[in-house]
Formats: sequence, structure tokens, C-alpha cells
Amino acid sequence: MSVDINPIDPGLPLDPLPGHSSRGRLERVLRRGEFAVTAELNPPDSADPNEVYERARIFDGWVDGINAVDASGANCHMSSVGICALLTRMGYAPIMQISCRDKNRIAIQGDVLGASAMGVQNILCLTGDGVQAGDQPGAKPVFDLDSMSLLETIKIMRDEAKFLSGRKLTTPPPVFLGAAINPFVPPFDFRAIHFGKKIRAGAQFVQSQYCYDVPLFREFMKRVRDMGLHEQCYILVGVGPLASGRTARWMRSNVPGIHIPDAIIARLEGAADQKAEGKRLCIDIINEVKEIAGVHGVHVMAYRQEEYVAEIVAESGVLKGRRPWQREARQDEAQIVERLDHLLHRDAISPQEQAEKAVTNAS
Amino acid sequence: MLDKPSAGPMPVPAKKPAPAKPAVGPVQFAADGRMRRSFTVKYWSIRNSRMLEAFYNLFEKILVLKAPVYRWIGYERLERPAAAVERAVKGFLFDCRMCGKCALSSTGMSCPMNCPKQLRNGPCGGVRANGNCEVIPDMPCVWVKAWEGSRNMVNGDAILDVQQPVDQSLRETSTWMRVSREKSGGVTK
Repeated sequence: MSVDINPIDPGLPLDPLPGHSSRGRLERVLRRGEFAVTAELNPPDSADPNEVYERARIFDGWVDGINAVDASGANCHMSSVGICALLTRMGYAPIMQISCRDKNRIAIQGDVLGASAMGVQNILCLTGDGVQAGDQPGAKPVFDLDSMSLLETIKIMRDEAKFLSGRKLTTPPPVFLGAAINPFVPPFDFRAIHFGKKIRAGAQFVQSQYCYDVPLFREFMKRVRDMGLHEQCYILVGVGPLASGRTARWMRSNVPGIHIPDAIIARLEGAADQKAEGKRLCIDIINEVKEIAGVHGVHVMAYRQEEYVAEIVAESGVLKGRRPWQREARQDEAQIVERLDHLLHRDAISPQEQAEKAVTNAS
Repeated sequence: MLDKPSAGPMPVPAKKPAPAKPAVGPVQFAADGRMRRSFTVKYWSIRNSRMLEAFYNLFEKILVLKAPVYRWIGYERLERPAAAVERAVKGFLFDCRMCGKCALSSTGMSCPMNCPKQLRNGPCGGVRANGNCEVIPDMPCVWVKAWEGSRNMVNGDAILDVQQPVDQSLRETSTWMRVSREKSGGVTK
């Protein structure tokens, strides 16, 4: 049994360790110095919990954390709080994303407490795409906090046990704080400094935007190492398979903040099987970035290609034989199911029979 | 002669061709619904951030020195005229949005409230490859400009300070009067 499982109940938080701010698996894996893998769950447009479970099951045994996105790209989906509530019930380790676009500081601080109470151990603080990018461009953009002040707010709640207003919390939320970085867009010389600012605001791990330009990323990491930032924060590089050259072109011009060099698109379009080439490209990029000093993991964003995450992780060999947590049936679960089944079907009489019985009893 | 309505199915009006959709969202969309305006003066201010920084430092000293006078007149009485002057001057120079908690000195003289996301701590991850805004494609990113402006300033590294979330109850109030009141607080009284 893995050390990252609570022996009493796999769904419960782990025992607190000294120096750890959360009781989750992701922080343990990173602090042990292992190469972490996280993935992004495609949120359902549905009220059916089973859709969330099905989408999470694909990652079983391959990832250390599952990002529950908060209306990514400003498109409406099931909320990240809802997804996390479902996932923590099953023992998964979700990374709850909070974007500043839709909620003000009152709602956000309430959500942080609620999420932590449900067992969420990791929170990723984002600014959020503008509303113009999504399916409801007429919505009111909130942006009460920004990613930096959001980090600081949660850090204050965790470390000083109080709200931003100063009111006391009886139990602070023990969460591992994350942020996003995008070294692939201007102003380039500010990006590493901006990353340092995020660390000062409270970021303990960061996930980057899709990395398709490895030389640019290498340059960014050189700056990061010069400033010593890689020792203060765990860096997970965002990667993902591109389905085709056309998808890549569409993403580049329609999804904010994504930089895809022409050479990548040319490579995809030159391939006979573009989908397979996209996957191979993703694996190649993982193999390149994992060698860069200061990189602690990868964040695989395989939007609508989630079934490939396992293959990508397996073929790139980043886990080095390690097997992340997997949901397994508990030993007594079969017994419980059997007993319940027995109880439910013991006196199976139809309502009609029941009524007839009542009539004969009365007469 | 009147045309009689012909029997049979109604003629189907020809469908209008759908208007061409811009690459990313409505082009002239801004968070507060304002129309974009000429950026000439705003960018002059950012280019001359060093001079404006020196000027403001002097101006702030005067504000603090004059605090006893203001206190004698009454800050409540001064608030409205001061806010009106501040709005006019800073509106012209920086396209000021009167957030009440001016951060220009630590944002390279580029007003962060002009960012459609009103970010006060640096650029978001959506900046376009040409350095323009994600939301308003033909406006240069406020924070790309802020970074340029801050490099000219003596105390440009103030851009590295983490800014507190803006206190919305200070909106439409004068920062100058607040600074005068707060910074003189320890001296007189």
C-alpha cells in the first residue's frame, strides 16, 4: 500500500507532516522530490454525478492531482466546488481552481472554507479568462481580486486564521496553494519577476500554460534559476496533445494566452496521422522539459482527449515506475453491497400486493 | 393596382448573411462599457513617467505640508472640489478611473484600472503575441506599458510590491485628500 493513503479510510486526509501546509498527496509527492503529474478534468455540462466519476476514472493510477476547472475559457460548466465535492467523496485529490472573474472576495473566502471542509487540499488561484472568450460574453466580469491578491487572501486565511477583514476563523483551511504562470506571452522580461511576485504572495506550486515552445521555456527557466525561484516553488509544466494542425491554428487564434510556434503546426500538418503525431509531440515535449533543471512535474491538459493521458504518461516514463493513488474497492465494500442488497430485497412485495393484504387483514 | 396576396405557401424571406464574427469576441468591449479613447496623452505620460514621478513626489510633499490648512477648512468640505480637480487632471493624463486608491507610482504611471480585468498586480496570461490586450484586441496591454514605464522611474521597482485588493468603498473619492490626511496623521494631532 502506498504511503500516500490514509490507512483508516482512503478518502480521508493524510496525517499532517512537519513543514507541510496541507494533508494531501500532491504536496507529499512534490516535497519528496518525485516528478509529479497532474491532469485536467473536462467538466460536464450536466447535473449527473456519474459523469464526473467517469471522467475522473480515466486518470486512475496515473496522476497525483486532478484539476477541477472553474468555468475555463469563461464557458459555463459544472462548478469547481461541485466537482471537488464529488471527487473528495471518492478519495480523489482534486486541485480546486478559483478564478477571480466570477466571484467577489466574500464568495471566494466562503468557498475556500467550504472546499477545505470537504477535504480539498490544493487550491489553484487564477485570474480567469475575460468573459468575451466564453459562451456568455454579456456577463458582468467581477475581478474583485486578482490572482495575486487571491493568493495572499488564502495565505492569510491559512497562516493567520482570519478573513481578509480580520475576523477570526476557528479552524483555518490547510491548503497547498498554487498559481498559474504563462512565460510564453509578453512582457517576456517581466514574466520571471512576476512569477517571483506570485511566490511572495503565497504560491507554493505553479502550473504553466501549454508549453509548445521549449527554447522559450528554457530561457525562462534560466532566469528563474538565476533568481533562485525554483527552490521556493514547485514548477509543473503544462503540456497537452494537439488533435490536428487545424485545431492548433484554431487554438492559437481563439484561446487567449496560447503560443504555438509555426514549426509545431508544420510538423502536425506534415504527418499522415495528425492525432498520433500530436500525441507523440506531447511526449517529446515532456521528455525535453523534464530534463530542465527546476522542473518538478507536468500538468497534462488533454482537453477532449483525456483517454490519452494514461498513454502519454506511461510512454514518457516520467513516473519511473511509481504508481500514483488509484481508487480501489475496500475489502468490506463487497460485504456491504451484499448486505444492502439482501435488506432491500428481503420483503419485496409490490404495492398492489401490499394493498390487497391490507384489505384482507381489515375484513 | 394592388397585388393580391398569392395563395399557397408564404414566400420565405432570403436569409441575411450572418455578420462576420471577429476573431475574439466583440472588439470594442470594455469592462465598464466605456468607449476607447485616444491613447496619445496616456502614452505620453508613460513615456515621461520619470518626470511625472518627480513631480508627484514634490506634489505629495506639498499636500502633506498643507494638511493643517486643509484640516482647518475641513476635509469633508474639500472632498468634492478636490475629487473634481483630481478627476479632470488625472483623467486627462492617465485616463484615471477614480478608484480612490491610486497605484500609479508603483505601476509605471499606467493606470491599472484601465485593464479590462482591473488587475493591480501584473499582467494576466492572456496577453497577445503583439503585446495587446486579450479582451480589447487593439489596445496595448496596460501591464506591458506599465512594465515599460516602471523601467524609466527612479523607484520603478515598486512594481514588485504586492498590491492589496482595492477598497471599493473608496471609489470616486480623492486620493490626494486621503494621502494628505493619512500621511500627515502622525505629524499634526
